[in-house]
Amino acid sequence: MALINPKKKEVQVKIVYYGPGRGGKTTNLEYINKKFKKRIQNEMVTVKTYGDRTLFFDFLPFDIGEIKGHSIKVQLYTVPGQVKYNATRRLVLRGVDGLVFVADSMDLRREMNIRSLQNLKENLETFNKNIFNIPLVLQYNKRDLAEEGIPILSVDTLQRDMNSRLRAPAFPASAVKGENVAATMKKIIALTVGSLRKKLE
Amino acid sequence: MDFTIEFDKQQIESIENILQEELIDLGVQSVILMDLAGNVIVNLENGDSSHDVYSLAALAAGNYGAVSAMANIIGEQEFSLLFHKGEEESIHFSKVVEDLLLLTIFNKNVSLGFLRLKVAEAIKRIQVLI
Ligand SMILES: Nc1nc2c(ncn2[C@@H]2O[C@H](COP(=O)(O)OP(=O)(O)OP(=O)(O)O)[C@@H](O)[C@H]2O)c(=O)[nH]1
Ligand SMILES: [Mg+2]
Repeated sequence: MALINPKKKEVQVKIVYYGPGRGGKTTNLEYINKKFKKRIQNEMVTVKTYGDRTLFFDFLPFDIGEIKGHSIKVQLYTVPGQVKYNATRRLVLRGVDGLVFVADSMDLRREMNIRSLQNLKENLETFNKNIFNIPLVLQYNKRDLAEEGIPILSVDTLQRDMNSRLRAPAFPASAVKGENVAATMKKIIALTVGSLRKKLE
Repeated sequence: MDFTIEFDKQQIESIENILQEELIDLGVQSVILMDLAGNVIVNLENGDSSHDVYSLAALAAGNYGAVSAMANIIGEQEFSLLFHKGEEESIHFSKVVEDLLLLTIFNKNVSLGFLRLKVAEAIKRIQVLI
């Protein structure tokens, strides 16, 4: 849950990018880091292994200005998507306020997306959280691959696989090209901060 | 259970006073009271240096969580001393209550033994407040 500091009038909100390995979570944050440099006071922190896979998490603090007299600090995190890193993935989820699920549009990754979403549900349950009650946005990433002739899942298929029960806002995107990266982020911030408004009154 | 301690302004001020008296006034560079989600609750610096406390807190939460998980795997409840020693600056972690950590950054002018004593005193005083 978000931390409200009534003395500094500051709120810290934790948003986690979740999804299968190599789906593009880190690429989302890298794009945001470049694109919104002015709003980001500190360096992006990444804990990586060789070959750019996330070992623990990426972390990017992002100031979005004031709401109801409180300055809002959004903390963006990614989890490591590789199956074997579940213990660290769960650590990153601790205290999460909002989630972006980055699915991989590649045909080959269909199973991985579904399994990762299931894994997210289970990990949230260990913190007594329910995926249906937490602010959530889906992103169908790597849409650009179609132009290279690589087989990708249709948005309809992805919606059916991932979103038929969740009914969360969903964006087709290309994190490498920056398409809908900002839109995804803005949506999850709006949902998450919206759920806090009542508390700030 | 997820973490849900809330602090009011008075609590924060009291905690700041304790950390100032017990730690900063004795030469500690920087103290951060944080939760295991990586949120910074209180941060005080002695003015000699300034750190990127939000990144530190995010990393410290992950580090502490990882070390606790290692302790569990080998059958320990927790490790009592968590300390990283550098050439100039060192970092010390201490659990305050469930899900709340106190991080201290100090240099060679402060001995580890003395620091641990002072941290323990500060924690005792903070525990009464929350
Ligand atoms: N074509 C294409 N490639 C992408 C896109 N987004 C990410 N990639 C590539 O996919 C690979 C993996 O991206 P990452 O952002 O590291 O993936 P991740 O989800 O952080 O992976 P883990 O850290 O292992 O969980 C990289 O080579 C990216 O360049 C996209 O929109 N289109
Ligand atoms: Mg990554």
